[in-house]
Amino acid sequence: MLDIAVIVVASMLSLALVLNLWRLIIGPHVVDRILALDTMYINSIALILLYGIYNKTPLYFEAALLIAMLGFVSSVAFGKYLLRGDIIE
Amino acid sequence: MSFMAELIISSLLILGGLFVLVGSIGLLRLQDLYVRLHAPTKATTLGLGSILIGSMVYMYNTQGYISVNELLITLFLVITAPVTAHILAKAAMHHRVKVMERTRNQHLIEKARMQMPPTSADADQGDKESDKA
Repeated sequence: MLDIAVIVVASMLSLALVLNLWRLIIGPHVVDRILALDTMYINSIALILLYGIYNKTPLYFEAALLIAMLGFVSSVAFGKYLLRGDIIE
Repeated sequence: MSFMAELIISSLLILGGLFVLVGSIGLLRLQDLYVRLHAPTKATTLGLGSILIGSMVYMYNTQGYISVNELLITLFLVITAPVTAHILAKAAMHHRVKVMERTRNQHLIEKARMQMPPTSADADQGDKESDKA
């Protein structure tokens, strides 16, 4: 039962990724696109976790932590650039 | 793996996947940027929280120890999601993104652009129609 559940949840997450990509393409402003990119980071964390469960190994959780940190830092860097014109003044 | 444990893990995973999907649909369908900031936070905290709790239970069942790695990820996301939303809203206010008519306190956006705090004279002036309701 767990394999079927993992495949169902992976398909839901892939659909969510495609919807975020759509918002990334049509977002009328830059901030829409940054928000879509941040959400895509979060969805890919979930996808990596599901892949770790599917392969029965605890190896992928460090990668998930890394991607979470990278996503947050990149979103804040984009926002800071939009606010100030410079990331580190 | 016992049937009960598989049932719990599967239900947690599916619940998390549903929240993530609803958050992404909300990001696509909501009308305004400031309203759109609400949707991904639900996907982040509730969706990923459920998936991470499910993977914690799964790792406890197969490996025998409680791994706090997932708890760290959840804590990190809960702490950083409001920070991201705050910075994006501030950037949107500075760039004068188009606001929905129903938004309250629109007169405070110009003050925020000048980095001035609101005074007591700028009381809550929402639109009058919703105040009558």
